[in-house]
Amino acid sequence: MTGEALLEVEDLTVRLRTARGIRRAVDGVSFAIREGEILGVAGESGSGKTITALALLGLLPLGARTSGSVRFAGTDLLTLRRRELQKVRGAQVSLVSQDPMTSLHPLLRIEVQMTEHVRAHLGFSQEQARERALEMLAAVRIPDPEQALASHPHQFSGGMRQRIAIAMALACEPRLLIADEPTTALDVTVQAGILALLDRLRRERGVSVLFITHDLGVLSSVADRICVLYGGRVAEHGATSVVLGTPRHPYTDGLMRALPGAAVAGAAMTPIAGSPPSLDAMPAGCAFHPRCEWAVATCATRVPALRDVGDGRLLACDVDPLAPVPS
Amino acid sequence: MSADALLELRGVDVAYQRRGHAPVRAVLGASLAVRAGEIVGLVGESGCGKSTLGRAAVGLVAPTSGEVRFSGEVVAPIGRRARPVGVRRLQMVFQDPYASLNPRRKVGEQIADAVRLGSGAGVRADVALARVPELLERVGLSAQIAHRFPHEFSGGQCQRIAIARVLASDPRCIVADEPISALDASAQAQVANLLAAVAQQSGLGLLFISHDLSVVRKIAHRTAVMYLGQIVEVGPTDAVWSEPSHPYTRALVAAIPRPGAGSHLPTELPGDVPDPARPPSGCRFHPRCPVVMDRCRTDDPPVVEVAPGWESLCLRSVARDGP
Amino acid sequence: MSLSDPLPLDSGLDVSAEGVDALDRRDRAALRPPWRQPLALVGGVIVLAWIVVAIFAPELAPHAPNDQFATPQLPPSHLYVFGTDELGRDVLSRVLYGARLSLPLAALLVAASMVIGSVLGSIAGFFGGIVDAAIMRVADLVFAFPGIILALAVAAALGAQLRNAVLAVIVVSWPSYARLSRGLVLAARSSEYVTSAKLLGSSGWRTMWVELRPNIAGPIFVLAALDIGNAVLLLSGLSFLGLGAQPPTAEWGAMVSEGAQNFSSYWIGLFPGLAILTVVLAFNFVGDALRDMLDPRTARMIRK
Repeated sequence: MTGEALLEVEDLTVRLRTARGIRRAVDGVSFAIREGEILGVAGESGSGKTITALALLGLLPLGARTSGSVRFAGTDLLTLRRRELQKVRGAQVSLVSQDPMTSLHPLLRIEVQMTEHVRAHLGFSQEQARERALEMLAAVRIPDPEQALASHPHQFSGGMRQRIAIAMALACEPRLLIADEPTTALDVTVQAGILALLDRLRRERGVSVLFITHDLGVLSSVADRICVLYGGRVAEHGATSVVLGTPRHPYTDGLMRALPGAAVAGAAMTPIAGSPPSLDAMPAGCAFHPRCEWAVATCATRVPALRDVGDGRLLACDVDPLAPVPS
Repeated sequence: MSADALLELRGVDVAYQRRGHAPVRAVLGASLAVRAGEIVGLVGESGCGKSTLGRAAVGLVAPTSGEVRFSGEVVAPIGRRARPVGVRRLQMVFQDPYASLNPRRKVGEQIADAVRLGSGAGVRADVALARVPELLERVGLSAQIAHRFPHEFSGGQCQRIAIARVLASDPRCIVADEPISALDASAQAQVANLLAAVAQQSGLGLLFISHDLSVVRKIAHRTAVMYLGQIVEVGPTDAVWSEPSHPYTRALVAAIPRPGAGSHLPTELPGDVPDPARPPSGCRFHPRCPVVMDRCRTDDPPVVEVAPGWESLCLRSVARDGP
Repeated sequence: MSLSDPLPLDSGLDVSAEGVDALDRRDRAALRPPWRQPLALVGGVIVLAWIVVAIFAPELAPHAPNDQFATPQLPPSHLYVFGTDELGRDVLSRVLYGARLSLPLAALLVAASMVIGSVLGSIAGFFGGIVDAAIMRVADLVFAFPGIILALAVAAALGAQLRNAVLAVIVVSWPSYARLSRGLVLAARSSEYVTSAKLLGSSGWRTMWVELRPNIAGPIFVLAALDIGNAVLLLSGLSFLGLGAQPPTAEWGAMVSEGAQNFSSYWIGLFPGLAILTVVLAFNFVGDALRDMLDPRTARMIRK
């Protein structure tokens, strides 16, 4: 792992037009990913995690306005023209989404889909592209790559499809993989395989991964660092062992305690009360305060600043953050 | 299987007929019992037949052989006629809360209808409506929402409404088919806790089907593990989790990511679930089994009683001292 | 359109989970309520105007529709705004009175075919099997003929009378409702809320009436709105061919037919023709706007 930051997102803000006006779906989010690093972005629906990913790829819906900067290997993606962005997208940055069928064409053979992609971005010949496709399918441990190339997507199970989608995303040897809930629809055994695959890819190929999920359990095993989003803002950000070991934001803490897989068997899950706010009803002050057990009067009015609290952690909570975490 | 079982599946086979193909045996000789006041977890990977088994348990799918009994009565497959009143006390909670509520009818009306239908006898409409506030409050919702439509609620809230509707029919046993997998992280725990709580309070039987093993571990008294149509292990949850007897259960438990500091990667189970239309010979798990023996490829594994109330479908399983 | 049509490929990323109203301009226009879309507004105003005309025709019309008092075939002038016909009747008065016939009849026969069609279609979709096959084969049989030809044959067989023309139009228009409601019921029948209702002990008929009806009513009403224009056209067509309203009834189709026999006096046929045109267009504008408010998958089922 080198110290070089591959992707630097600074003060990213995305305004979206909703039925009731313009809303900030992402509000001043900053993070960086180094080469070969896996950054976990955690949050529930409405936290802005998917919008952040779309903003990085320039795939936001029309009418969305972005500010801040997204520097990828030195160039600001937000200022690129469409054509230039298309070159970066696919070749250097690729996306794996929750449903692999969104990136696989149901009527085309895998070979057509994979080689076309490689030929378009890297200018390979058909033979070279085929070689690359076989190599990638082997890398994601598809049992019979030759056979797989001749098959259609529907002939594979969900886990296999997600592997093929990842193989396609990797075929152009991107430096950054954006994975949006890549394992949420999968069984644990398959999920374990995908997690192992991502881990291997970053070690062997130095691929950086932006891993978006609502499942802290998954992140704890693969992510180097974790960025917890709530209501479009960063709530807590730091090394995985630090953030998940001793959560200091009430939301991170709540997510951890809601996890059924927590170390103690038999102890009841303690879910966070209420549900995440919608864009149209974002609470004033700290967005989390209506659900927060620690909330004090000022939480309803003052937006907590994201500040460095030592141990390499950034925290956006004004309530006695140094107090030992209740468990 | 115990005599006091509320819901009892005995040797249930479910086969799907496909034109031009051999029938797919989605469930094979599954036996499972749920007692009153007991939560039984049913886990397995997608395509293992756990949902089919759940649907067979309430009569949505007809078993090709074997039988399902509820309070001693045979559960007949649902046809065009109204379901017999006795069996109406066996209910189901579905995966997608939006799909399981009628989008064009008010929440309160749907719950009141369940009161009337569930009782079988003619409950007056106003009497049924009067019970709605109490039912909504029981699942943690405000009585005020009765006049609103399902699309105005989040997934977690809709699932609570669906549970309130099921409770309205005064059930004695609920089959919940992946009730939390379509929900947000915090709603998952809320709904799982709610289901467990209502089952305990009213002494209901609950068959909780989920691919999320860690939730099942938290709420279920007993756990059944399915692989490729067969129940491969069933026993007290703690025992099954802490010292699984079947190699597949062991692989499943090892694949769960452990949250918390200093964790390591979950263990991968190589291979894919085989096509149920062409199951492997002998033990259905043998192609992926890490401890496979030659006999496993040819011999059907026997049901081994590991300890009282704890069974495993594996040639390697041996009886142990009590868990 | 059948239900098995493949859905368009997903654009790849679902942003709806984030509560985003991310629509391009065209989609947004379609989501605007009908009273804010210019065409729908124009259509609505014209429809309303015609309804007013139908109600107040005796007050609005300068003369009785069948009074033969003026010089025949006078061109439009300040005295007779639409001119007079070959029998010396006031064309304006006849056009206004025509609305009293065409609009209520169109509404009646659309209502009748809607009820017949959707009941039969729902039964076919819900019960399936032989019932479904029988009902839908009859519907297919009707679909196999061009509407106007079949209506002609039916009207001719029953005898040239306005009542028979109405029956003929009902015979040719119920199958589209049957097909639509069958599709909607088929889609809804396997949905989980129907399954839940069955588990709770709902009988087939109750499920259909209480659970399914509110879910299929919307698209069916939209189809009906779109169909009124069509019904006006068919009915006038039959009258034009002499199989509907008989002289001296002031009916638009029959009037156009008279105009066609007096080609030099263009006004005799032109104004009733314009009446038909505006009514049909107006109802189609309103129906289109309503259809756009439905979700796209359902809307495609209605598009014929």
